[in-house]
Amino acid sequence: MPLAIEMKNITKKFPGVTANDKVNFNVEKGEIHSLLGENGAGKTTLMNVLFGLYKPEDGEIFLEGEKVNIESPKQALKKGLGMVHQHFMLINRMTVLENIILGMSNELSLNKKEHRRSINELAEKYDFAINIDEKIENLSVGMKQRVEILKTLYRGAEIIIFDEPTAVLTPGEVEELYNILNMLREQGKTVIFITHKLNETMEIADRITVLRNGKKVSTEKKENTNTNKLAQLMVGREVDFEVDIKEKEPGNEILKIRNLELLADRPETIDLSLHQGEIVGIAGVEGNGQLELEEMIMGLRKVIDGHISLDNKEITDKSTKERKKMRIAYIPSDRHNRAVFKNFTIKENILLGYHYKSPFCKNHIIQEEKLKEHSEKIISDYNVKTPNSEQLLKNLSGGNQQKVVLGREVSQKPEFVLAAQPTRGLDIGAIEYIHNLLLDLREDNKGILLISADLNEVIKLSDRIAVLYEGKIMGFKDKKDFTRNEIGMLMAGEMVENEA
Amino acid sequence: MKLKDIIGGISRSESVKDVYISLFSILLALIIGAFLIFLIGSSPLQAFTVMLDGAFGSVSNIANTLTKTIPLIFTGLAVAVAFRCGLFNIGAEGQLYLGAFFSVLTALKFSFLPAFLLLPVAILGGIISGMIWGGIPGFLKAQFGTHEVVVTVMMNYIGINITSYLVNYPFKAEGWVAQTDIIPTAAILPKLIPKTQLSAGLIVAVIAALAVYFLLWKTDIGYEIRAVGENQTTAESGGINIKKNISLAMAISGGLAALAGVTQSLGVYERFIDGFSPGYGFTGIAVAVLGRNHPLGVILTALLFGALETGALKMDRVTEVSNDLVIVIQGLVILFVAAPEIIRSILKRRESQ
Amino acid sequence: MEIFNVLNFDLIPLTLRLAVPIALAAIGGTLSERSGIINIGLEGMMLTGAFGAVYGSFLTGSPWFGVIFACLAGLIIGSIHAVLTIKYKANQVVTGVGINILAMGFTTTMIKVIWGKEGMSDEVNNLSDVSIPILKEIPLIDWLFTDQSPLTYFMLIVVILSWYTLFKTNLGLNLRAIGDHPRAARISGINVTKYRYTCVMLSGLLAGLGGAFLSLVQNSLFVQNMTAGRGYMALAANIFGGWNPLGSFVASLIFSFAQAIRFNMIGYNIPDQFIQSLPYILTLAVLVGAGRKTRAPEALGEIDE
Repeated sequence: MPLAIEMKNITKKFPGVTANDKVNFNVEKGEIHSLLGENGAGKTTLMNVLFGLYKPEDGEIFLEGEKVNIESPKQALKKGLGMVHQHFMLINRMTVLENIILGMSNELSLNKKEHRRSINELAEKYDFAINIDEKIENLSVGMKQRVEILKTLYRGAEIIIFDEPTAVLTPGEVEELYNILNMLREQGKTVIFITHKLNETMEIADRITVLRNGKKVSTEKKENTNTNKLAQLMVGREVDFEVDIKEKEPGNEILKIRNLELLADRPETIDLSLHQGEIVGIAGVEGNGQLELEEMIMGLRKVIDGHISLDNKEITDKSTKERKKMRIAYIPSDRHNRAVFKNFTIKENILLGYHYKSPFCKNHIIQEEKLKEHSEKIISDYNVKTPNSEQLLKNLSGGNQQKVVLGREVSQKPEFVLAAQPTRGLDIGAIEYIHNLLLDLREDNKGILLISADLNEVIKLSDRIAVLYEGKIMGFKDKKDFTRNEIGMLMAGEMVENEA
Repeated sequence: MKLKDIIGGISRSESVKDVYISLFSILLALIIGAFLIFLIGSSPLQAFTVMLDGAFGSVSNIANTLTKTIPLIFTGLAVAVAFRCGLFNIGAEGQLYLGAFFSVLTALKFSFLPAFLLLPVAILGGIISGMIWGGIPGFLKAQFGTHEVVVTVMMNYIGINITSYLVNYPFKAEGWVAQTDIIPTAAILPKLIPKTQLSAGLIVAVIAALAVYFLLWKTDIGYEIRAVGENQTTAESGGINIKKNISLAMAISGGLAALAGVTQSLGVYERFIDGFSPGYGFTGIAVAVLGRNHPLGVILTALLFGALETGALKMDRVTEVSNDLVIVIQGLVILFVAAPEIIRSILKRRESQ
Repeated sequence: MEIFNVLNFDLIPLTLRLAVPIALAAIGGTLSERSGIINIGLEGMMLTGAFGAVYGSFLTGSPWFGVIFACLAGLIIGSIHAVLTIKYKANQVVTGVGINILAMGFTTTMIKVIWGKEGMSDEVNNLSDVSIPILKEIPLIDWLFTDQSPLTYFMLIVVILSWYTLFKTNLGLNLRAIGDHPRAARISGINVTKYRYTCVMLSGLLAGLGGAFLSLVQNSLFVQNMTAGRGYMALAANIFGGWNPLGSFVASLIFSFAQAIRFNMIGYNIPDQFIQSLPYILTLAVLVGAGRKTRAPEALGEIDE
């Protein structure tokens, strides 16, 4: 029996990164196949290639033994491929029915009655209790997902790709999804399931393919593997960079978070405390509450429930400006939209957040010489590759832009540093530099909260590590009390038995 | 040092490419204008020659050009400041009417003041009325997100009607014309060149341009305004209050536009006259866009448009070509500058040929 | 009581009449914005249409040719806006404002060029009203069939047709999806670019037709800047009406009512300027009040990828 899908040697590159590196990926007809890996492993890219959203640099795709050339989603749909996206492609104020029939026909009349009948039949077949005249915005997330599924089925999809389908579901909804997947398999459909979560993979998949750093690492049948093995494959057995981190006795508590609810639709809260002279690393796949945490600490997002205090002072309701006055340095995760002004000069970027007070501002007048001096010092201290401080920021490489951000924040002698995804997208040299900088800050008795999806980075730099998963801290202990494996499992939602 | 700073400011923090786009846009617009002139059956060469003479051909012509330039500098600055904060102030016309009227009213009502105070106070009265008229759309945008384009356009009509009512009823002077009494001599902006309309308003305009430059690039207030215009989320992360800056930028913008009316009323007409503006507020949009929202660019562009309009009047008298053609050129300019991609693709095609 | 002298039944047909240009432009705005493109240039498109109508009637002697010219003129200006914003990804607001300024200058210049006069054109053959036999005898709604312009009936057809298309056909479903979530529409196989071009060009055509009403029905000549802000009122009507042709129509009636009242106020000691301001104040109030409650297309103004 020919394979439902055969992807051979797929290579897909983006500027600066090879997202898929000669990946071979096979799916058998009628199976549920899990595509497993961390952020940036290349899973979504691979499926976007399959679905006609990206064109690969190299490689071939065969469907049921026949070579195909899929150049657009429309073509993919015609070939029986369907995709349930991580961020739903649904129109909020339209009904379920309308979303399903959208773009299907060029006829003038909507034919709602006929479609209603057929869709209801289809929904019943899969046991979807769904009111197809309800507006999408009134549906629960689980229901919205069913609409996406129905949409693909209604168009005759035989192969359905799910992109991180449980990322947004409650545990109960996840169970229901498993039932749906089983039903799809019973009906002879082929299912591909992109995920970073181990428990779900083990629960539902027939076969599992692990991707890491753009390469395929292994394909196994479920019976032949277990969560431990998979975790190892996912995060790798790389030798950790040996870094001489001196033992340090942490100082006073500088940041305290109590009962902070991160995700709006989940009741879980977190507690966290950070001391001077230590680095606490928040590990976890992006999308599990990291952005919410970062923004709540900085006052850019309203706190739903809970308290944040800095240096024993309550800051939960304080403005961003007031918090910065309390010597917080902020390295935002979204450099382009939070950290820099692309069309301003380096000097003008360095001014941000400190522009209204001494030494850069006196009586509302910007002190040009002081600013220039300071900027040049940052450029030299932080090794920023640029002819001068008048350069527009967009002319700098990503790494150098980030160095400017770090220079701006750190040179103000903060007490607490919030570094979110500080080395994302940077080259090795810049990464090394920034890591050393953070370690120096630690040496200097500052408190650093490092939020990063890069597990290597978290392990290398942190004194204590907390794993964030679905808005909850899964484990919070000293680095030396963790095994790499354990962290990997926690990141994937797998609870670890506490060893005595 | 200041001038070098300013020029340096343009070529470094604004990209040189932007300046070329402006230059090219006006060139293209002029070419199309010439083509239109040709279509009407006139000679473009003759038309442009007459225009040039009308604008700069004699001392009195130059004075006229400069007189026309003054209000355009103000409205251009007004629109430019708003743009720097990411806002579209289409309401300069209404704001200048308010400025014109209330500066005159202040001059009339405060005539008891000693001479050296009356003029500044009258100017101030005009500025404040403009700041309020500009601040209202700013506030609405900041608080409710109401689109400032439609709000400012509506307030143009309302503002013009309010001043029209005031000058036709309670504050009307004797006689048939819809105008106020003449303002006290102390409140008149002195003439720079005798027997022309060119008043010290020009000096005020240049001072205003310098002040805007200083505010935007040398103060923290201006920094915040520009930051909000460049990237709201980044500005927010740096602790900047977005709402406050939107309201402030619009209020400043309104005050600048008002000065266009103030200098016309106190410098040229010496009273408020119903319907005195030939659309300075709208021309100001073209001035700001072409001038890349920079005070120096605004001054240069205002001068260009002042010359175009003055020259066009002569062209209108002497040739068959209507002076409203200048408005066409202004509109074309905005379109070309709005879509720099067009210019870039034209230039690219030239390169590859 | 005096107020009842101001409000009388004559206002009803007058309100309908005055609403036509605004309603046509407003529906044009609805179409454009439903496809995700902000169209501030309605004022310029209407003005160009008004001019084109008079010019067409002047050239051929037939007001109907004028109407066709108006539609063509609006269509061309609409295409300019479309190409600039869709192909060249220009800032939609700046382009719209540029078009308005361009139209102002162009039409004013052309008055001089064509008729050699300042500020208004010669009189031309205008579009006469009609009365529909039999139907005009029906009591209570007899006014609806007596002395109405054919364009008024056309406007009503446009209202109904566009409402039906937008909400009851696949075309409309696809269009509404584009305005809310163009990526989702694209992934469902919809040709987003084609819809956008069509809608923006149509908006120009409709606004131009509205202009024709101003110059050839309400008057029989072109006066410079005769649109006097109606294009912006149309924008507000669209917002107030919730990006819905029926809503745009009702909102236009409200604005035209403010204009109609003016005729009954003559003779009272209320200064003209107050009455003239009414439509604009009303527009402003509507924008601030209703702007928060109605729902714009979620991806309005965003050009993706």
